[in-house]
Amino acid sequence: MWRYMGRKLFVYALTFVVAVTINWMIPRFMPGDPVRSMLSRGSVSDPEALERMTAYYNEVFGLDAPLHEQYLSFWAGLFRGDLGISVMFYPEPVVDIILRAVPYTLALLVPAIVLSWIVGNHFGAFAARSKVLDNTILPAGYVLTATPYMWLALLMAWSLGIVAGVFPTAGGYSFALTPGANWEFVSSLIVHWFLPFLSMFVVALGGWAIGMRNMIIYELEDDYATYLRALGAPRRLVRRYAFRNAMLPQITGLAVQLGTIITGALLTEIVFNYPGLGTLVLDSLNNRDFFLLQGIFLFVVVGVLIANFVIDVVYVLIDPRTRVQMTGGSS
Amino acid sequence: MSLHVNDLKVHYRTLRGDVHAIDGVTFSLEDGEIMGLVGESGCGKSTLGKSLIRLDSQMRHVGGTVELDGRGVPIADDDAMVPLRYHEVSLIPQYAMSALNPIRRIGRMIDELLRARGVRPADKADELRRRLELVGLEPDVLRRFPIELSGGMKQRVVMVLSTLLDPSLLIADEVTSALDVSTQRSVAESLVEFRDRGYVRSMVFVTHDVSLVYQIADTIMVMYAGHVAEKGPADSIVSEPRHPYTQMLLSALPEVGSTSGERLQGIPGTPPGLLDPPTGCRFRARCPMAFDKCAERPPLVETAPGHWSACWKTGGE
Ligand SMILES: Nc1ncnc2c1ncn2[C@@H]1O[C@H](COP(=O)(O)OP(=O)(O)OP(=O)(O)O)[C@@H](O)[C@H]1O
Ligand code: SF4
Ligand SMILES: [Mg+2]
Repeated sequence: MWRYMGRKLFVYALTFVVAVTINWMIPRFMPGDPVRSMLSRGSVSDPEALERMTAYYNEVFGLDAPLHEQYLSFWAGLFRGDLGISVMFYPEPVVDIILRAVPYTLALLVPAIVLSWIVGNHFGAFAARSKVLDNTILPAGYVLTATPYMWLALLMAWSLGIVAGVFPTAGGYSFALTPGANWEFVSSLIVHWFLPFLSMFVVALGGWAIGMRNMIIYELEDDYATYLRALGAPRRLVRRYAFRNAMLPQITGLAVQLGTIITGALLTEIVFNYPGLGTLVLDSLNNRDFFLLQGIFLFVVVGVLIANFVIDVVYVLIDPRTRVQMTGGSS
Repeated sequence: MSLHVNDLKVHYRTLRGDVHAIDGVTFSLEDGEIMGLVGESGCGKSTLGKSLIRLDSQMRHVGGTVELDGRGVPIADDDAMVPLRYHEVSLIPQYAMSALNPIRRIGRMIDELLRARGVRPADKADELRRRLELVGLEPDVLRRFPIELSGGMKQRVVMVLSTLLDPSLLIADEVTSALDVSTQRSVAESLVEFRDRGYVRSMVFVTHDVSLVYQIADTIMVMYAGHVAEKGPADSIVSEPRHPYTQMLLSALPEVGSTSGERLQGIPGTPPGLLDPPTGCRFRARCPMAFDKCAERPPLVETAPGHWSACWKTGGE
């Protein structure tokens, strides 16, 4: 068990190093002078400030130093939690900006992923039972999975937000309010959260439902199910087994889909101008704020790695076969 | 007499039409009888076995009756069959190696199945352990997952599980095919032991292996293309087969006791397709003794006490 986890952790660590390295390389190996292009795009008008910033960025980029030193100092900064200072919000540190956006992104992502997975799986298992449901849910599911996140988000923003006017279509809370722990602010948060959440939830839902439905039908044809039925086992028992067995590939599927879902979340945020990491990516791209961009990518990579690790652990806990293989014999 | 099957017809529904897999099969099984069921691949052995316990979704009961211990067996009625399954009729399937739920510990799965069938697991716990030991398994297997057992062990677990409620009729479908020779022998012997101890009253033992069936079965039934060719005591089937098909089947054997495969190569030709089977004797196209009359289906007649044959040459005249 621990050997297995150790091996996994090693792979994750390696992935992290590679991601950081690529992240470090991108602005440095892009054509042109990164500092110049960054500052010229950034709307800095005060010449004195520009001077100070140029000096600062030249120093942190350390463009005069040899490459390996630049690389090492980048890592050193990383471990100090120092991801540099944003151009866009100069002189605010990148980490602070990101940490402000992360809760919004997580508040969208985590419920959307978890709920769509749970609801989708139960829906799919349920659909596998009845022809009528199957004939309606399946096509609907295919349409939903084929829908790009952005497109559905736009559709929802337009229909529920603009036409029906039920929900706001931009921002994380009403700009008329100041953040605080009062009900008015919280309800504003919820109302602004709902549409982006819903559009992500709905797109992901179809895929899980279809996956589960197909897996269950496959499981119900499996030898163990046939055998149980031959021995007169009630449908309930057979279905319970089939559901449990069908869950395992769905957990793996979650790990595989994670990247797509996160990309979807970032795009959805952009559509709704939701103050999470997605919107921040767009802003920093527009302003050539490489430090901010780098920081966001690092956060996303770390987030994906952590989530994958959690899924790995859950899988091991749920599938007796991996558990048995790891402990090497009976347990 | 415990089992009577009378003119049973079970077809598979397919897009291209009905497959006449069981097409008028009649036989009886005495209490305590182990009947070996042999015949070339595709002749309907598994279909007959499944018909007696559970028709799958494609199978359709077309005609004929089944009677077990004096009561009719409603094989076409899935719900009415439920009380009989496991309690009265049980099955060791052809796929016994994969018949156990991979993500449940074996003991827990058995408990759940028993409870679902209205049996308290605690009432059967001692018996379960005793029988596992009888087939050479430690009770420890109950705490394991199927993946931790060898194929032969899984086979034996399924054997014990299938017979745990002492069914009147057990259908053992190719239980030895996937095993090595010595394991085959011990599995077959365990089944005889189960019968001797009364765990099962009577048994249909489906196999390709005529030499193995000769050692454990009391009677042998030979099927050909959905029909019964011949049924009789194992000795007389092997030593003096009446039906031309049985004769050829046996002469194609290298020698009784050997277990090499491909023993049916000796009969030229292939069995007829069952989608649109020929009329008359189904063996006609391959039978060296065929004559005009064989265009009519030969009846199954008793040529000696307990020995039945369906051939115009051996009984019909
Ligand atoms: N699901 C099915 N749909 C259509 N035809 C089927 C189906 N299952 C079996 N058959 C046909 O029914 C016939 C009898 O099949 P069955 O499985 O009973 O043969 P068998 O004697 O058990 O053969 P084997 O020795 O290979 O197990 C075969 O001709 C087969 O093609
Ligand atoms: S009935 Fe005719 S064709 Fe059939 S086995 Fe007998 S002799 Fe051969
Ligand atoms: Mg078969």
